[in-house]
Amino acid sequence: MSRRRFEVVVTLKPGLADPQGRTIEDALPAMGWNGVRDVRVGKHVELTVDAATDDEARGIVEEVARRLLSNPVIEEFRILSSEEALG
Amino acid sequence: MSGPRVAVVTFPGSNDDRDALRAVRDLGGRGIPVWHRDTDLRGADAVILPGGFSYGDYLRTGALARFAQVMDAVRAHAERGGPVLGLCNGFQILCEAGLLPGALIRNRGLAFICRRIHVRCETSATPVTSEIEPGEVLEIPIKHGEGQFVADRDTLARIEAEGQVVFRYCSPGGEVGDAWNPNGSAAAIAGLRNEAGNVVGMMPHPEHAVDPDVGPVGGQPIFESLFASVLAPL
Amino acid sequence: MTEAIHRALGLTDEEAARIRVRLGRDPNRAELAMYAAMWSEHCSYKSSKVHLRGLPTEGPHVLVGPGEDAGVVDLGDGMACVFKIESHSHPSAIEPVQGAATGVGGIIRDVLSMGARPIALLDPLRFGPLEEERNRWLLSGVVAGIGQYGNSIGVPTVGGEVKFAPPHGPNPTVNVMCVGLARVDRLVRARAEGEGNLLLLIGAPTGRDGIGGVSVLASRTLEEASEESRPSVQIGDPFAEKLLIEACLELADRGLLVGLQDLGGAGLTCAVSESAARAGAGAEIDLDAVPLREPSMEAFEILTSESQERMLAVVRPADRETVEAVCRKWGLGSATIGRVTGDGRLRARLAGQVVADVPAVSLADEGPEYRRPMAPPPWVAALHDDDPAFAAPPVGPEEAFRRVLGSPNVASKRWVWERYDSLVQGNTLEGPGGDAAVIRLEGSLRALAASTDGNGRYGSLDPYLGGAHAVAEAARNVACLGARPVAITNCLNFGNPERPEVMWAFAESVRGIGDACRALGTPVTGGNVSFYNEAGESSVYPTPVVGMLGVLDDYRLRLGSTFVPSHVVYLLGETFAELGGSEWAEVVLGKVSGRPPGLDLERERALHRLLVDAAAADLAASAHDCSDGGLAVALAEAGIAGRCGFAVALPGDLPAHVALFSESASRAVVCVAPGKAEAFEAEAAAAGVPFARLGETGGPRMVFDDLFEIAVAEAGRIHESTIPELMRVRRAAG
Repeated sequence: MSRRRFEVVVTLKPGLADPQGRTIEDALPAMGWNGVRDVRVGKHVELTVDAATDDEARGIVEEVARRLLSNPVIEEFRILSSEEALG
Repeated sequence: MSGPRVAVVTFPGSNDDRDALRAVRDLGGRGIPVWHRDTDLRGADAVILPGGFSYGDYLRTGALARFAQVMDAVRAHAERGGPVLGLCNGFQILCEAGLLPGALIRNRGLAFICRRIHVRCETSATPVTSEIEPGEVLEIPIKHGEGQFVADRDTLARIEAEGQVVFRYCSPGGEVGDAWNPNGSAAAIAGLRNEAGNVVGMMPHPEHAVDPDVGPVGGQPIFESLFASVLAPL
Repeated sequence: MTEAIHRALGLTDEEAARIRVRLGRDPNRAELAMYAAMWSEHCSYKSSKVHLRGLPTEGPHVLVGPGEDAGVVDLGDGMACVFKIESHSHPSAIEPVQGAATGVGGIIRDVLSMGARPIALLDPLRFGPLEEERNRWLLSGVVAGIGQYGNSIGVPTVGGEVKFAPPHGPNPTVNVMCVGLARVDRLVRARAEGEGNLLLLIGAPTGRDGIGGVSVLASRTLEEASEESRPSVQIGDPFAEKLLIEACLELADRGLLVGLQDLGGAGLTCAVSESAARAGAGAEIDLDAVPLREPSMEAFEILTSESQERMLAVVRPADRETVEAVCRKWGLGSATIGRVTGDGRLRARLAGQVVADVPAVSLADEGPEYRRPMAPPPWVAALHDDDPAFAAPPVGPEEAFRRVLGSPNVASKRWVWERYDSLVQGNTLEGPGGDAAVIRLEGSLRALAASTDGNGRYGSLDPYLGGAHAVAEAARNVACLGARPVAITNCLNFGNPERPEVMWAFAESVRGIGDACRALGTPVTGGNVSFYNEAGESSVYPTPVVGMLGVLDDYRLRLGSTFVPSHVVYLLGETFAELGGSEWAEVVLGKVSGRPPGLDLERERALHRLLVDAAAADLAASAHDCSDGGLAVALAEAGIAGRCGFAVALPGDLPAHVALFSESASRAVVCVAPGKAEAFEAEAAAAGVPFARLGETGGPRMVFDDLFEIAVAEAGRIHESTIPELMRVRRAAG
């Protein structure tokens, strides 16, 4: 039995407009921060998975990330910290 | 033209700024439009931060607007004891700016809600409720996606102890309970004041509740209080 | 060389040959992309044009008819109403939130480009049954997208309808209508006039958004999970749109615009070629001057990008700096990208090289035009023969009433419209949930009424009647408020026009719309055709959606749509044994068959006149359209909304289920103060409208003759609970 903690980072695909990122970027100079570029906003999701093996756990996270956490039409995702076993 | 001078700030993305100006005008006040880049409030007696989606509500509601140039003037006005009223997005900005405690997060149901609701006035000790008896129920619409008031336990206890709750969501008869809480706000808080009492934020839209042709009129006593407070300060 | 490419771009061999003849040479890559985009079904209306010409487009109030970004109607007192409806179904099927959001953005820019402030949105939506998870995902996504965008920009969403039918499962229908208001003397036209005037691109930078989206996304049948079409979905930026609205209105108000056009399908190519062609002019554009979001975009990409939240302004050189200052004030980028020329050519340069040089008019107006083969579908005759009126009702009237009132089509859509801001701008006199929305014109007693309507079952059984009913019911909705129907916009949602039965249904629908508009005096000021709404064997119901505009001279005299106690209840119009395509037949018998109700347009018009006159003379307290679900639903809705019971006798000697659920047209339920009943009856008789006095309002129960009775609160619960309960399944499951 494996219990693992994962982090999924969901971001807009490169090339797609990121209105949030651009608006934040545009606001920065007025607040005194110059030279900050390429602001992109995404989502960060943490989850714990119980499964028979590590591979299976990772597979589940990938499935969750692909089918629920992201919309493949506009977003891509990265899975982080799979080494951090909790149980 | 006479009447109390009420500034309404337009941030990029403000939507209900015209509505607030019209409400002030319709009820006999003098509405003064103020631009987010202005450095003063153009001699206004009171200031309204209106509803809308300043800076698209990107990042967090109110998070970018609080850095607008005009906010220095708003802060100075508040420190002098001048009345400040934040409506919906304006409430969110006041929380982000630290002028009011707590924060507003996504509604419990995770969806935007546009609906007429009722609020119960909890205190007359603010410039916008001076003419309203505690316990009085007002019908006013809400329209927001992020109106769930949250604060840590100590802050909530202090808010209650200091009598800083101005409005709570309630039934038409004034009963407070989960069934009447549209967004899951802590302690059914719909409106809040600072410790001094001159800064008030509320999620409901009194500016959309002054004209009987278009809806309920629960907003009228709020503006009337504001005008009275300006003419005869607390 | 172009042969392989043109097919990939969606151009036929004949179309490619036509381009070669027109240019006298082979088009280059950029030019081919421009023609492919402009000659796509979406932009050129090549399959629909021959039919659309039959629509009446002129009337005393019409200031601008079809062919510009939006239609314009004169409201008097120097004010004009600008309105249009459009479809965003294809993108919404792939990414419902952003697809619907960018649809709202697009239609708003259409209205804005006439110099009008957008004052109302209406969203007619069609989905598959909510029992299926994907349809729930689509509904909640589309509603979230509309809300996210519309709420953020401060334009109230005041109406629309939501209906459910299996054929709309694979292909949801997402239409958006926008209504705007402008001073007549401040109207702006989408014309690039005046040689030497400058072309300014205002708003968001240009990226690789929707490259080929027009031809690939909108003009080809949607294939399940088509990877290829995915990058074409775009992200809406409501904040940028809000700034664009305020900046463009300031420019229009200060008289700084010679012309204004939004960038939608086919992007810069469409905006420049159409505005130049309309003015009989040409244009030179410098693609290096276009602000880009991504480096090293190719000429064809910049020319056809559909990046959102951009407008093209035509500006006198002397005004350039002032225009730039206004854009800066609103935090918007602006770039001078070219100028108007007198030679009629659209010439584009990149890095000093001419990359495209074609006649502007050839892109905008000389697209192909097809008279595609048409044939009625073979199965329709058998369906006509299966008339539900002859079926023995399998359940009694009370059970049928409960099922029909609680069916997703009839049930309250509060779940949907409470997610929209219907109040912003402060002029919403009647918001969602009633027959029509009413928006007050600020500082005046005048108000606009707007409604959308379209019955897919009727369209599928008889597309001619489907089209005619859509007009008649939308007009009736508006008249039920006491408003004069004045003009329509339409969104025609159909399958693949290359299939003869689809093309036949389209032509029949357009014919029905045309006849109804002529009879009711409501010309067509514009609209949109959405073809290829099919996947595999499944095509949407032929669904013409009509957006009706009405005018109220004194909004204080408008009719309510809710019962008030102690009033007399009348049914206006006659009830026949017409259950074909009805809600009752689908819900109780489980069939969509028979023929839709007949439509006598003279009777229909007489009913509208009576409603408008009765409102103006203050003779009636409320009126409610009698349509989906028949008399039973009309009575129940008026009772539920007014929290007011009633006791009625059913008219005529019809079987109970016919009297209750027939969907005969040209009917309305009206409630009248007892003291005015005599005058009202005289008015109805003079108007030639048959009427029946059914009973009285009052009390906490709805009493349907000696058939059954039900508490108002219980009926309200049935009506309100269906959609929330279906949508809760989603959370439980997901």
